[in-house]
Parts: sequence; structure tokens; C-alpha cells
Amino acid sequence: MNWTSFDTWIVVVGALCAVACALPGCFLVLRKMSMMGDAISHAVLPGLAIAFLITGSRASIPMFLGAAIAGVLTALFTQWIARFGNVDRGAAMGIVFTTLFAIGLILIRQAADHVDLDPGCVLYGAIELTPLDTVGQTGIPLAALVNGGVLVANLLIILLLFKEFRMGAFDPALADTLGFSSQFLHYLLMTMVAITTVAAFESVGSIIVIAMLIVPPATALLLTRKLSWMLIIASATAVLSALLGHVAALTVPTWFGFESTTTSGMIAFAAGVLFTLAWLFSPTEGIAVKYWRSREEITLESSDKYPAE
Amino acid sequence: MSSLEDIVEVLLLQNYNTRLVVISTSLLGVASGLVGAFLLLRKRSLMGDALSHATLPGVAIAFAVMVAWGGTGKALPGLLLGATLSGIAGILTMLVIRNTTRLRDDVAMGFVLSVFFGVGIASLQMVQNLPGASAAGLESFIYGKTASMVKSDFLIIASVAAISSLVSIVLVKEFLLLCFDDAYAAAQGWPTLFLDIALLGLVTAVTVIGLQSVGLILVIAFLITPPTAARFWTHRLQPMLVLSAVIGGVSGWLGASISALTPQLPAGAVIVLVAASLFLISMLFAPTRGLFPRFLRQGHLRRKVDRQHFLRAAYELLEEQAGEKEVRNVSFPEATLRDRRTWTPHRFKRILKIARQEDHLEETPAGRLRLSEPGFGEAARVTRNHRLWETYLIEYADIAPSHVDRDADMVEHILGAELVRELERRLDETKISVPVPPSPHPIAGKPEATP
Repeated sequence: MNWTSFDTWIVVVGALCAVACALPGCFLVLRKMSMMGDAISHAVLPGLAIAFLITGSRASIPMFLGAAIAGVLTALFTQWIARFGNVDRGAAMGIVFTTLFAIGLILIRQAADHVDLDPGCVLYGAIELTPLDTVGQTGIPLAALVNGGVLVANLLIILLLFKEFRMGAFDPALADTLGFSSQFLHYLLMTMVAITTVAAFESVGSIIVIAMLIVPPATALLLTRKLSWMLIIASATAVLSALLGHVAALTVPTWFGFESTTTSGMIAFAAGVLFTLAWLFSPTEGIAVKYWRSREEITLESSDKYPAE
Repeated sequence: MSSLEDIVEVLLLQNYNTRLVVISTSLLGVASGLVGAFLLLRKRSLMGDALSHATLPGVAIAFAVMVAWGGTGKALPGLLLGATLSGIAGILTMLVIRNTTRLRDDVAMGFVLSVFFGVGIASLQMVQNLPGASAAGLESFIYGKTASMVKSDFLIIASVAAISSLVSIVLVKEFLLLCFDDAYAAAQGWPTLFLDIALLGLVTAVTVIGLQSVGLILVIAFLITPPTAARFWTHRLQPMLVLSAVIGGVSGWLGASISALTPQLPAGAVIVLVAASLFLISMLFAPTRGLFPRFLRQGHLRRKVDRQHFLRAAYELLEEQAGEKEVRNVSFPEATLRDRRTWTPHRFKRILKIARQEDHLEETPAGRLRLSEPGFGEAARVTRNHRLWETYLIEYADIAPSHVDRDADMVEHILGAELVRELERRLDETKISVPVPPSPHPIAGKPEATP
């Protein structure tokens, strides 16, 4: 393996993006809306396509706006269909995002001459190329700044509204009675997820987003029962996944005789491995730990029954 | 634009190439409509989402294995077998996470979806660099490639779709029991675990063949949209299943036909949009649970309640004016009536307008109102029903006379003729021999009743 400053930047960008996702992801997981990240990340496609067709360029700001609007609309449509149509929330989500994705595919096909708007590039991103696009002479990749900015924004919102978010996640009815609209918190969370997703798109691709919204929070949930610790552990898991994922992308394929592979896919995989470790060895929840403990209890019990004379 | 003959030719399957595509897509629609209906009832619609993403590593690995054995790596049966195996691995992971941790369904699904998809993307990237084999086209599993289909592909897809439909029809009773009350099913001795696995197996089969024709993201729509649309049309199960299969089949048939006529449109996307349009129509207009019919019914009921409140208020006013004598239909000032209930001026105006349309009011000078003959009769009837119901509540339901007005208010509007006769039969003859019995409690709004 040949580690360069490029690789360091890739890990930094990946880690910034991963933590930016993991923070709102904790609340998605607690509110039973884990699949929303997947839905939003597919549903932003028509927003990107429309922004592209209107402006005729891949300028960042219109694309960003288009995608963010499409993301919020996904949450809104899902809510409407679920409430007014009395439809199961998961089904409503599935209908909305597949329909928007289909519209996006058709719009992109209309602009087929422009190769850069390939749906594949939207879904996988190219985290490997981020160090090439730097800001001025500083040598800092643009993607690091964008994802860092989103991370700071998410962190600030969560710190400022920590009490409200906690109440909204565990007892929306109580939040409503105390005067913090749980509806408002819901849409704020959805906007955060949409903006985070979109910011990550251009730089690192959506697969990291989907994985980081769910897997680190789920890992943290296996290790703690306190919300503040959950946020911290999820962030740590996210950083670790970015690092391990990039190392794995460089090394694992060589074991099978291939060259390196996509870092985004491997970051998702690394997060999966970390989750599996927590699942097996978590002090409170781990299945291996529980198994050993139950065996110990059996031996203790049997020694109690026949006390030594 | 295509001519009319082209359209007819495609829709009636006269062209050999489009015939394969259209038939297989329609069959896929029928099968996924049936299987998806069970998923919807089990509140697991997004299972298809997780499952379809989980098939991707299998596609890449199967490709690599087939290349290693010296093939081109793109034989459809091999790729579908790989997809099935990794789909099953995904489902098992989901079930194990759900049963051994306190994480919920949605987290388990999201975990499998993202991790498997990540591995899939990574391994696709790896196998694309395999020497001596072109993996170009494997991505079509993500977006679908309906238009290019050879006869052997068609046979696989059509037969898997047909078998899945058949199995779901044969097991329909067991699956419905599982969807509605799995605990009861287990207590009755049904093999619920086996049934659950059979259902997920069917979902896997449908998803995997859907990969080929509509792609792994849009096959999710095939599993979710038709059953959700069908649910708006009926409260009963068998009709819902049939309708779901029909909607799925029609989406496949129309979508594939449209995209055959306009080759620049991606087939999978067109199919999804046809299904989404059918869903939208169902959600808005389906008579049983659609939005507009429901709003119309609610508006109708609201008008009925308003009318009955207005008539009873008017009758009680007349009763008060008559004192001990027989109630007669005379004119009274508009303001007096308005003050009897908490009507806003705007609402009161609308109620009067409706009453005039229904001929319950006569033409009178401004500021005064007078009920028409039919209006007076209706008012007496409404008041009578209200008091019958109040008396019944006091006698049989032990409700205090001071509270009975409000309780009766909520139910009286839906008293049918039969229920009124039943009330008459039950209540003491003397209380109802008169056309309109006196109110069993002091009437609020009467000056002397609220000291």
C-alpha cells in the first residue's frame, strides 16, 4: 500500500461527511425513519435534472437548491400520502421515491448528450477524485470545506435544539404539549437530512450517505442507552469507518488479485463490520456476551445447588 | 410520433420483439402485485427495497465466478442465481438482527440495504477490471434494460413470474392469516416461520426477475405501488389481491408498450410512472377510500348535521313562544334563532341559504324567518328524534339529564327509521304518544333555564 497526502485527504473528506450524516441519522433511527435517507437520496435525482435543464450547466448552487427542494418534497409527499390516504408510512415512502427517481431518469435521458449527468455518477460519487479539486492555493479540497460546513451546521443545530430534539424523538406528544411543535422538528430534521445528502452527493456519492445515516447510529444504539453518548459513539464509528473503509479499498482487492476498488462502497462495508463487532461484543446487548453470561450463570447456579461440604 | 397502426400493433402484441417484452413485464406486474399485497398487509413494504439492493453483490460475484470458469460472465441464469443467493443472505441478516437485538425493522432493513449495496458497488468496481471479460452492462441491473431481451431470458422471467403467482394463489389463505394475526396463526398450529420464509422467498424471486426488466430501484415500485393503489378500492381481501394483480399487470403492459413506441424513454421509468398514475387516480377517486369521495361524504354529513341543528333550534324557539298552547308555525326574528347556538354569522348565513334551497324556509321580510310547511314537519320530526334518544339515554344508560343533550347531539343525526321505531317500542307509551314529547331536561338558551 502506498499512502500519500491524497489518501489522507480522502479519509478526511470521508470522515467529515460520515459524521455530518451520523448526527441527524441518530434521530432518524430513534424516530423509526431509517429508510428516509435511502428514499431522499434516490428522490433528489429529478431536482438535479431540473436544475441542470434550467441552467444548462453543472453549477453547484442551482443543483444544490434543486436537490434540496426535491429532498424536502419527498418528506412532505410521504407525510401527505401517509396521512390523507391512510397508507402505511413505509409504503408511502416507497411510492414517492420510486416515482421521483423514475421522473429523474426520464429527465436525464432527455439531456442524454451531456454525459456528466450520468445517474451512476450521482449514486456512487467519486471520493477518490476529491483531492484534485482544491480551493485556491490552500491545497484544501473543496469537498472538505463543503462537508465540513454541513457538519458544523448540523452540529450547531443539534446542540442548540438538543432538548427539543430529544423530546421529539422519544415523546412527540409531550413536545407538542410543551409548545415545541414536533411537526416543525420533523421537517427541520428532514431538511437537515436532505441538505446533508445533497452536499455529500457531489463529492462522495450517495452510498456513503445512506450507510452513514443508519449504520453508525445503529451501532451506537447497541452500545449505550443515553442520547448524548449515542451521538458521540456514532460520530466515532463514522470516523473509524471512513478510515478503515479507505484502507480496505486499497488493500482488500489485492488479496483476490484485483486492483483497488471504490472507497465509498468499502466505507459502507467497514461500517457494517463495526456494527457486527458491536452486535457480538457489546457489554449490554452483544449476543456473544449474553451467551457467555448465560453459561456462567448456569455454572454458578449448579455450584449453589451442591455446596461444598 | 408513432402512427395509430404502430400503437395498435404494439398494444395487441403483433410485433415479435415487443411481444416478449410486454408479456414478460405484464406477468412480472401480476406476480409482484400479488406478492406485494402480502408485504403491504404485513407492513413490510420496504423489505423489497432492502432486498433489491442486497442482490447487487451476488450479481458481481456470480459474474466473477463465471468469468473464472471461462464463460463470458453474462449468462442470465447464473447472474440471477447469484442475485437470489445474496438476496437470501440479506433477508437472513435482517431477520437475525431483528430477533437478537432491540433494533427495529427499519434499522435492520436500512443496515442490510446500505452495507450490501456498498459491498455490491465495491465488488462491481473490482470485477470491471477483470482481464478478458467485459463487465459493461452489469450496471443495467441497477436501471433495467427491458428493450433487450432474448427468448431464453423471456422463458426464465415468464416462468418464474407465473410460478410465483400460482404459489401465492395456492397459499392465499395461509398468507392472509399470517398477515393479520401471526400469533393466532402460530397458536392454531400453522407453521408461521415456514410461511414467513415462503413469502420472503416469493418476494426474492419477483425482485430478482424484476432486476432484469426494470432494474433494482424501480422493481421496488412494482412491489409497493399496485397493492397500495388497490387498497383504496376495497375493504375486502380477495378483491384487493385481484385488483393489485390487475393494476400491476396493466402497469407492466402499458408501460412496456409506451416505451416500445418511444424508444428514447427508459422502460423501467415509464412502467413506474404508469403505476404511479394509477395510484394517484386510486388515491383521489376510488369510491371506497379515495380522498374526494371521502370529502364529499364528510361534507354531506356536515350539511345534514347543520340542517338538523337549525330545524331543532327553530322548533324549540316556536315551542317556547307557544308556551302551554299547541306549537304553531309562526314567524320569528332571525337574531333570536342565531343566538340559540354558537353559530358564526357567516356559518348561519350559509345554513339559511341551504335551508331556503331545500324549501324549509318561506319567503319573509328581511330580519324575520318562517318555516315552510315541510320545514315545520321536518323540524318536529328532528326534535322528536332528539328527545326520544335523550329519554332513552336517561332511562337505560343512566346519563344525567343535565348532560344528555350533548350526548344525544352526537348520535341523533345518524338515527335511521328502524332505530327510531325501536326507541318508540322501548320507551314508555305515555312519553311518546304525543307527536313531539316535551324535552326531558330544561333547554339551554331559554332565558329561565340558565339563571
